[in-house]
Amino acid sequence: MITVSNVSFAYGARAILHDVSFAVPRGRIVGLLGPNGSGKTTLLRIAAGTLAPDLGRVEIDGVGVIAMSRREIARRIAVVPQETHSTFDFTVEDIVLMGRYPHLGAFELEGPDDRAIARDALQATGALELAPRRFATLSGGEKQRVVIAGALAQASDVLLLDEPTASLDLGAQLDVAALLARLHRERGTTMVVCTHDLNFAASLCAELVLIRQGRILAQGPTAEVLTPANVAALYDVHADVTFHPGAKHLTVVPIARA
Amino acid sequence: MLWTIGAFGALLASVCLLAPLVGSTHISLARAFSRSVPFADNVDAQIFFIARLPRVVGAALVGAGLAAAGVVFQALLRNPLAAPETLGVSIGASVGAVVAITLLPAFSIGGISAVPVASFTGSLGALAIVYGLSAARSRGMSSTVLLLGGVVLTSFLGAIVSLIQYLADFSQTFRTVRWLMGSLDVGSYPPIVAALVPLVCAAVGYATLPRALDLMSLGPEAAAARGVDIVRAERVALVSASLSTGAAVSLAGPIGFIGIVVPHLVRLMVGADHRLVLPASALFGAAFLIGCDLIARTAFAPLELPVGIVTAMIGGPFFLWLLFRRTR
Repeated sequence: MITVSNVSFAYGARAILHDVSFAVPRGRIVGLLGPNGSGKTTLLRIAAGTLAPDLGRVEIDGVGVIAMSRREIARRIAVVPQETHSTFDFTVEDIVLMGRYPHLGAFELEGPDDRAIARDALQATGALELAPRRFATLSGGEKQRVVIAGALAQASDVLLLDEPTASLDLGAQLDVAALLARLHRERGTTMVVCTHDLNFAASLCAELVLIRQGRILAQGPTAEVLTPANVAALYDVHADVTFHPGAKHLTVVPIARA
Repeated sequence: MLWTIGAFGALLASVCLLAPLVGSTHISLARAFSRSVPFADNVDAQIFFIARLPRVVGAALVGAGLAAAGVVFQALLRNPLAAPETLGVSIGASVGAVVAITLLPAFSIGGISAVPVASFTGSLGALAIVYGLSAARSRGMSSTVLLLGGVVLTSFLGAIVSLIQYLADFSQTFRTVRWLMGSLDVGSYPPIVAALVPLVCAAVGYATLPRALDLMSLGPEAAAARGVDIVRAERVALVSASLSTGAAVSLAGPIGFIGIVVPHLVRLMVGADHRLVLPASALFGAAFLIGCDLIARTAFAPLELPVGIVTAMIGGPFFLWLLFRRTR
């Protein structure tokens, strides 16, 4: 369980987050929605412990993140960024094995157990056949599956995802959504997903947190929060929100700028 | 992994043993290591250990220091074109050397003359500035800004070198120009021992870095999320790479291309994992510079080429080939 309590943050004089609080219970998927510059990514970085808030507290299972080392945090929380580029020519297997970093001593090499965990992670994300390939040669969707496998190899039970489908084509978006839903079902992974894709959020997340200009606009179960009024308040966009019987979740169709 | 590093180690060891055999006087390895003749009467051993080995060991240290610094700067700045010179530590050492040649009276400390002492001091000055930049970086400065800072520092210090050279007399200018071309004319062991101090400090820092460098090449945010203490790792990387660059340049002058060609060549051979790339580059850089120096002192013997010219003549075309290969 992650608890973010009364968090405020500013880059210099520019305030980003004002008194933000929310909780992610164990095994839940929470979507973080908001326009560009609303502070979503900053909030995700604070939740991941890679950025310290000016005010407020982040706790994992009741322990303050401030008191933990980077390694300890990484054993509990893994992050999947929007895109991953490597400066050097690593193989897919290399990239996934790097997820074992927080579990290894300073001079320890990966053992057979670590390799088995990495293979399991690749298997779970349907990327096992990519293992010997060079990471740089993969498509965007393949890269994202490999990066998610790396996060799984970290063996943390919380996954923070920052716009994981933003640079993917439609099919790859659905693949990632299905993969995340399956990981949640099979492993009970807790997830926080930042996204601009309202339909992706509606399909995956049981709860939503809406952020505008660094303040929480609304939070709660997706069915209650994802309303035309909230979409208008969040993005200044008139939209239709309807339950789609085929997709079996709410769908949002933008109509016009408000 | 250990086998690969062992192979690079064996390469370096054999180059270290064979290089001192080449020169104007022919000597035999068996006689140089023979215990039956006392050292005072063993001419081969004297030539091997006193006349030629210091230069080979000097080349090994300089080559290893520059190649390892290149690996670390490339990973730290996430830029395959970064080199030990990129952040200005090398030109800082040049400022020190030029000041010593032109402005200071000759002095020596423990058998080490003014130029290496002053140039190492100069590199420490540049390191202090770079460290200041890294403190700004821990508050969110990007690699690009750090690189830009290094470029600006390099041209600023370069202007100081030019100014002092402009004010110097002819013989001082000649010595400066010769120093700036790089030379491994290390005639004795004291400068080597002195250079070993910062190099060993750097090696201790390097030993903690490889896996963090792997992760940092995916970006600082991704590395932090996987458990790397970025601020600490970047500081260790900066200080270690700067110390080994400073030690290398103060021993032999600014020798280019080792720090950029060797890491890329080694990556082509062993892959991207820094646990292999870093030690293998240090070992291969040492062997490569011994080889270049061998060419420098034998190709036009008895005339000796500045070794920086040899490394650039081999390294330059090779690096261009590498670039064209990348873009194809």
